[in-house]
Amino acid sequence: MDINSIFINTAQALFSPVTIAFAMAALGLAIHFGFVGLLNFGIAGFMAVGAYGYAISTLTFGFPWWAAFLASMAASALFAVILGIPTLQLRGDYLAIVTIAAAEIVRLLLLSTTWIKTTGSADGLVAYADDFRSINPFPDGTYGFGPWSYTANQFWVLIFALIVLALAALLLWRLVRSPWGRVIKGIREDEDAVRALGKNVFAYKMQALVVGGIVAGLGGALYVLPSSANPMLFATSLTFFVWTALLLGGAATVFGPLLGAVIFWVLQAFLGSLLPAMADAGLLGALSSAQAGALRFVLVGILLVVIVIVRPQGIVGDKRELTFVRK
Amino acid sequence: MSGSKPLKRTPQKSTGLHIGDASPGVKKVDPILVADHVSRKFGGLVAVDVEHVEIPRGAITALIGPNGAGKTTLFNLLTGFDKPDTGTWSFSGKDLAGVPAHKVAKMGQVRTFQLTKALGLLTVLENMKLGAKDQTGESLFQSIFPFLWKKQEAEIEERALEILERFKLLKLKDDFAASLSGGQRKLLEMARALMTKPTLVMLDEPMAGVNPALTESLLEHILDLKTEGMTVLFVEHDMHMVRHIADWVIVMAEGRIIAEGPPEDVMKDEAVVDAYLGSHQDVDLGVVTGRITLPKGEK
Repeated sequence: MDINSIFINTAQALFSPVTIAFAMAALGLAIHFGFVGLLNFGIAGFMAVGAYGYAISTLTFGFPWWAAFLASMAASALFAVILGIPTLQLRGDYLAIVTIAAAEIVRLLLLSTTWIKTTGSADGLVAYADDFRSINPFPDGTYGFGPWSYTANQFWVLIFALIVLALAALLLWRLVRSPWGRVIKGIREDEDAVRALGKNVFAYKMQALVVGGIVAGLGGALYVLPSSANPMLFATSLTFFVWTALLLGGAATVFGPLLGAVIFWVLQAFLGSLLPAMADAGLLGALSSAQAGALRFVLVGILLVVIVIVRPQGIVGDKRELTFVRK
Repeated sequence: MSGSKPLKRTPQKSTGLHIGDASPGVKKVDPILVADHVSRKFGGLVAVDVEHVEIPRGAITALIGPNGAGKTTLFNLLTGFDKPDTGTWSFSGKDLAGVPAHKVAKMGQVRTFQLTKALGLLTVLENMKLGAKDQTGESLFQSIFPFLWKKQEAEIEERALEILERFKLLKLKDDFAASLSGGQRKLLEMARALMTKPTLVMLDEPMAGVNPALTESLLEHILDLKTEGMTVLFVEHDMHMVRHIADWVIVMAEGRIIAEGPPEDVMKDEAVVDAYLGSHQDVDLGVVTGRITLPKGEK
């Protein structure tokens, strides 16, 4: 077994654009689920809209990088509004069904060959990062140390993603601690009670859906920023990975989703290297190394079940504030 | 038994609220809420069918009636939580038909719920602060900049603490509302409603599930509302309470208003006694069901 490469893979997952993109998506979902109580199972759809919003506005419309990010945010906001108008009146479980369907619709539309020139269909989109790379302040060379060593472009993506994440986390932290945050937490508890106090519940739910959607959409844009966008990236399993990260960290917190995303990816990378290596060394009986690699998803699934039962509030959450079994 | 204990003070009853004879739909001297032809059907069941009703301003009005009489449905309709099939109604002269619940509350007509809706995973103080109206910090964009709302927030907190003090909930202010007892939640819900600075307070069964010791203080608080110039409309089953604090009583049965008047008169009304206690209250149950035949000459 190559202990060294297992360690390097694991350590790299600690600071990678994918981890940061997941943290963003989990952060957006924390607003939806943790603070307003919207059961959004379409987070992959929001990420896809954000990612393709960025890629398409760069490739098809020739937007500069910053305008492409704005377009990406606008696209996720629009997606949130379109999704919200019919569904926010629905009860929580119905919203879950509709959002999961909406995310699949987005993915299948992207997969369709009808707009192949714009979306690239199953091949996806590539080579849209030139303008973003052109403003890279870091000269060519290798950055970092030990397992964390990057090319100038990789380093720039990483730093940029970290800045976006920090800004988003700060913004949401401010929001949930404000009177606005109090209203949305009230809606999570009982929307009729909040309505009886003169608050426009629909408007607040919509605002929260849009804010969380934009953050998750930006996560999608960061997810594809380093290389390419492909509809297969945004399959339903992505939604459940984000949910796992969120519940792991703590749904009704701002720091929790960040921690959850890091733990999730570090664990994924660790098991993804360790299990095949163990299979190769004959420690897992008849399992081939490919089968062993897939075993990590089983383990992650078990982890999710254990968290929900043993620690429903997540690692950093307040036990009293968010549990799944009420009363 | 709740209400059997005498109150610390004898409530000052408001009289002379109506014009003409006290009958269903009677005109009031100064109505705050007027409803006409309000009806609501659930499938084939007519839950509410009210021709005309006026709620007197500055008084405590009780809405009574047997289970299923349509009291809560009428509450829901008047507060915008449910939409009637027909009807118009106005609050302080402003038309309310079709106005959504949150706007009704903003106009000063606040309600509580039969099943208490304390926001369990917010603290008692947060519950209270949520009640305050017109908060700058509740706007999405302004909420990010605390300097825009810190001052208002401090004022709201001060008012919230005052009211909590009055409702004897002050020492619980940092507890999650979920940890409160049923009676304390009723108190919190009423206190939170006061944070909206209402003119009409509508209480749906404020005494349900409240122990006798708390009943007394709840009654005191309801009387206080009137002293402070608010109008109270409440649904209640406890006749002692109704008799004690209500200035006016409206009786519903099967969706209709069957009687109105000052409590002592309404309680004697035959229709009310029928509706509430059943028309065979003085007859053996066996006679009613036909299992026993009484000797001739006896009723």
